[in-house]
Amino acid sequence: MIKEFLKGLVKENPTFVLVLGLCPTLAVSVSVSNGIGMGVAATFVLLGSNTIISLIKNIIPDKIRIPCYIVVIATFVTIAEMMMKAYAPLLDRALGIYVPLIVVNCIVLGRAEAFACKNSVGKSFFDALGMGIGFTLALVLISSLREYLGTGKILGFTLAKGFEPAFIFGMPSGALLVIGLLLGFFNLLKNRES
Amino acid sequence: MDKNNLLIVSTSPHLHKKDSVSKIMWMVVLALIPAGVGGVIIFGTSALRIILLSVVSALAAEALVQIFLKKKISIFNGSACLTGILLAYNLPANVPFWIPIVGVFFSIIIGKQVFGGLGQNIFNPALVGRVFLMASWPKYMTSFVKPFNVDGVTSATPLMLLKEGLSADKIPYLDLFLGKRGGCIGEVCIIGLLVGAVFLLAKGYISWHIPFIYIATVGIFGFIFGPSGFFTGDWIFQILTGGLVLGAFFMATDYVTSPLTRKGQIIFALGCGLVTVAIRFWGGYPEGVSYAILMMNAATPLIDRFTRNRIYGTGLRKS
Repeated sequence: MIKEFLKGLVKENPTFVLVLGLCPTLAVSVSVSNGIGMGVAATFVLLGSNTIISLIKNIIPDKIRIPCYIVVIATFVTIAEMMMKAYAPLLDRALGIYVPLIVVNCIVLGRAEAFACKNSVGKSFFDALGMGIGFTLALVLISSLREYLGTGKILGFTLAKGFEPAFIFGMPSGALLVIGLLLGFFNLLKNRES
Repeated sequence: MDKNNLLIVSTSPHLHKKDSVSKIMWMVVLALIPAGVGGVIIFGTSALRIILLSVVSALAAEALVQIFLKKKISIFNGSACLTGILLAYNLPANVPFWIPIVGVFFSIIIGKQVFGGLGQNIFNPALVGRVFLMASWPKYMTSFVKPFNVDGVTSATPLMLLKEGLSADKIPYLDLFLGKRGGCIGEVCIIGLLVGAVFLLAKGYISWHIPFIYIATVGIFGFIFGPSGFFTGDWIFQILTGGLVLGAFFMATDYVTSPLTRKGQIIFALGCGLVTVAIRFWGGYPEGVSYAILMMNAATPLIDRFTRNRIYGTGLRKS
C-alpha cells in the first residue's frame, strides 16, 4: 500500500517521469493558487474514479471499457466543478475550461487503464492518492517558479525587492521553457543515480 | 576536432581550403566592428559598455557550460564572441547593465548549448536572446536614446513612429544611412554595416543570395503596400530603418541556421522578407526582422529537405 502511494510522488511522478497531463500543466501553472486548485481537483477526481473503477472492474465489458471509464470520470469531474463553482468561484473563473477538461486528463484515464482495472480497491485508492499528490507537487513547483519569475511574487506576496519580473514566464512560452528545463534537470538527476 | 573523424562527402579531387570555422567567425566579428564604432559614436560610451559586457558574459557563459558538461572549452573559436556582439547590437544603448548579461546567458545556454553547441542549434542564438529579452522586459527593450544626446533623452525609432502614424517630420535618407536616428546600437549605422558586408562578400564568407533577396523582398513589398494605396510605399525608408541590414547580412546568413543549397537560400530569404513586411505592416510590433529570421530558421530543415541537389547522373530523364 505504502509502496503504491510513494511511487507517484517521485519515482513515477505523473508530470516529470510519466510526462502525462501536460496540457493542464502548461495552461494553469501561471500562479501557485491556480496550480494548487488544479492539483486538488485532479486528486479528487483521481481518488473517485480509481476507487469506483476498481470496484466495478469485473462487470465492465472489455470492449467498451474506455467509455465506461469516461462516464465514471465525468461524474466526478462534474461534482468537482459544481463544488468549485459553489465554494471557490474565483478559482473556478481562473481555471476556466481546464476544470471540465479533467475528464480527458491523461493521468486520470491512464491510472484507470493501467492500474485500477487490474488491482484491488485499496491499492487503487493509494495509487490515486500518490499520483494526485505527485501531480499537485509538480504543479506547485512549476507554478511557483513561473509566478516568481513572471510577477516577482508568490501567492501574492513579494519576496525580494528590486527584482524585475520577466513577463515571458507568465506566457505559454515561459511554461514550455520551465517545464522543459525541469524535465531536463530531473532526467539529469536520474542519469547521475544510475 | 580530431582529424580522423572528419567526414568528407564531396567527390574528388579535393582542394584544401585554409578557412576554419574559427577563422570565419573571427572574420565576421571583424566585419561587425565598423557598425559598432558607428553605434558608439552615435550613442556614446554607454553603447560601448553594453557591447563589452555582452561579449565578456558570452565568453563566461560558454566557458561555464563547457566546464559543467566537462566538454573541451572552446571560447576562443569566435562563435560565443560573435553571439555576444550580435546580441549587443540588437539592444538599445540605454538598457540597464543586467539586460545584456541575462540575454547573453539565455542566448548561449538555451539558444545554443542545450541543443549541443555550435553547429547543432536550430535558431540563431543572438536572436533567441533578443526575443527572450523583448518578451520579458519590453519596457527596457523599446525605449531608445536620441542620437548624439548625452542626457539620455529617449526617442522612438522611425518604425515605431510609422506604426503609430506619427511620421510627420521625415528623417532625411542621408541621416538614416549614416545612422542619425533612434534604434539599437548596431543597426543604425547602415554605412558601417555595408562596409563589413562588402568585406564578407568579397572574401566569399557569405554569398549574396540571402541578404540581397531578403532586402529586395522587403523593398518591393514595402513599395507595393504603401500607406496611401498600392505602389506608393517609401521603399528606401523600409530598407534603411529597423534592423533589416544588420539582420540580412549578419544574422540571416548564419551558416548553422540557414539552408545549404542556393535554391533553399532563395526560399529562405523570400520567406524572411515576407514575414518582416507582414509584421511591420499588419503585426503588433513595429519591427519584425528578428521574428522573421527565427521563423525561417525553424523552417530551414524542411527547406533543406525539399531542395536537395540532384545527384549527378540520376533522376533527370525517365526512359
